[in-house]
Amino acid sequence: MAILEAQNLWKTFGRTAVLKNIDLTLEKGQALSIIGSSGSGKTTLLRCLNFLEQPDKGIIRVNGETLFDAADPSTQSEASIRKKRLHFGLVFQSFNLFPQYTALENVMLAPKLLAAEQPNFKAGKKEIYARIEAQAKELLNQMGLSSRMANYPHQLSGGQCQRVAIARALALHPDILCFDEPTSALDPELTGEVLRVIRELADQNTTMIIVTHEMAFARDVADHVIFMDEGVIVEQGDPEEVFENPREERTKQFLSRYKQG
Amino acid sequence: MKLILEQMPVVISALNIGFIQTLKLFFVTLLGAFPLGLIIAFGSMSRFKPLSCVTKLIVWVVRGTPLMIQLLIIYYFPGLILNNPIWGGGETGRFLAASTAFIFNYACYFSEIYRGGIQSVPIGQEEAGLVLGMKKSQIFFKIKLLQMIKRIVPPMSNEIITLVKDTSLSRIIALQEIIWAGQSFLKGSHGISGAIWPLFFTAVYYLIFNGILTLLLGRLEKKLDYFR
Ligand SMILES: Nc1ncnc2c1ncn2[C@@H]1O[C@H](COP(=O)(O)OP(=O)(O)O)[C@@H](O)[C@H]1O
Ligand SMILES: [Mg+2]
Repeated sequence: MAILEAQNLWKTFGRTAVLKNIDLTLEKGQALSIIGSSGSGKTTLLRCLNFLEQPDKGIIRVNGETLFDAADPSTQSEASIRKKRLHFGLVFQSFNLFPQYTALENVMLAPKLLAAEQPNFKAGKKEIYARIEAQAKELLNQMGLSSRMANYPHQLSGGQCQRVAIARALALHPDILCFDEPTSALDPELTGEVLRVIRELADQNTTMIIVTHEMAFARDVADHVIFMDEGVIVEQGDPEEVFENPREERTKQFLSRYKQG
Repeated sequence: MKLILEQMPVVISALNIGFIQTLKLFFVTLLGAFPLGLIIAFGSMSRFKPLSCVTKLIVWVVRGTPLMIQLLIIYYFPGLILNNPIWGGGETGRFLAASTAFIFNYACYFSEIYRGGIQSVPIGQEEAGLVLGMKKSQIFFKIKLLQMIKRIVPPMSNEIITLVKDTSLSRIIALQEIIWAGQSFLKGSHGISGAIWPLFFTAVYYLIFNGILTLLLGRLEKKLDYFR
């Protein structure tokens, strides 16, 4: 069974339809990359999956459980949405780290708050916090940030910030980790370090959706690629296929712009 | 010079009494205007259009007219025009009227500062919190509040320093604050008359008090300097 199924997602802002009939499935352990020109609806799609936008139509299922159904208001209560979000993680283009917390604190904040909601939290508070801290350190190590844990975001480079943001998202063990152009806000010489950690995550079979303009990366890392244009999925398939032998005219045009550039 | 030294003890004790009234007005204004300003800020940011329009209009009027006129209107309007002297007579009545005018005036200024602080926190902060499964209240208290305070402290410090000096405007309704106390030695008080220097000397009180406030507020600002 697919870990993620999105069916017939529609989203309009005012009169413009930004997502039109998006169908999407993702298998556990796979990486999906989404490419497409600016304004094609890629960010909106990720935001819908993370419940930052509410689709006008469609269904979102994770592990067979219907998390969202536009036709069923009982799936849309504010309180239940908060828990459902935890199936997904989202790494933003602009990091959105919390400036008043150190790298380590950024990673630990949400796990601590969630732990405090558990019934027998009070009794085991010390051990729980210790476990959360150990895990956060482990994640930051994995991101190559062992010497940066006590730094505040403004003391870190963009690439380091983005790696903290990745660790922060991973700390909640999402079923599906989404990246929205994770390197677009970075200086070119810093993209490599971020792409490297995403590649490592892919090697460990992390289930991911990666929106990116790094075509070579999308092709190498992804098990499946989707090309979007004007709110529709124009073409999808095996990365080899889509990049080497695109069937659709719009895909060809889009890719040729990148080959020249 | 010798005369001034002789007058000094009497003058200082009278000025001290006046300054206590100044301080009372100062602290009561802050105590009232801090929360009221927040309420006005939420009103002006409300998505309910009539509320936000009315609130913005009030803020515009209050910020666009002199505090001195507001003081006069609030003090005299009920008694002279409505024949309903709600403030009562004497120093208590004057203090109540002055506090009301100051709280309202400063709350309007504070509301704009709050609004700026609240809106200065990028939407991405809230979204990052949401995606991490945080509740709205957690996002406010754990993420946004401190960032707002950091933005609010510098403009708020300016307003607070201005308030110290603005309290002297309450002289216009004869509140017996320090300016009133200093001036009393011109017409004659405590056996001293025709002395202008006590009035000038009140400036020292303002200066020292503002010096202390500047120091404290500067320290708070420094404390919040550890992040951007
Ligand atoms: N909150 C919004 N309100 C109105 N229009 C929006 C909003 N968010 C996105 N859009 C519009 O939706 C379209 C798709 O945007 P987006 O999903 O950000 O595309 P992409 O990430 O592929 O560049 C754009 O035309 C954009 O202007
Ligand atoms: Mg985008």
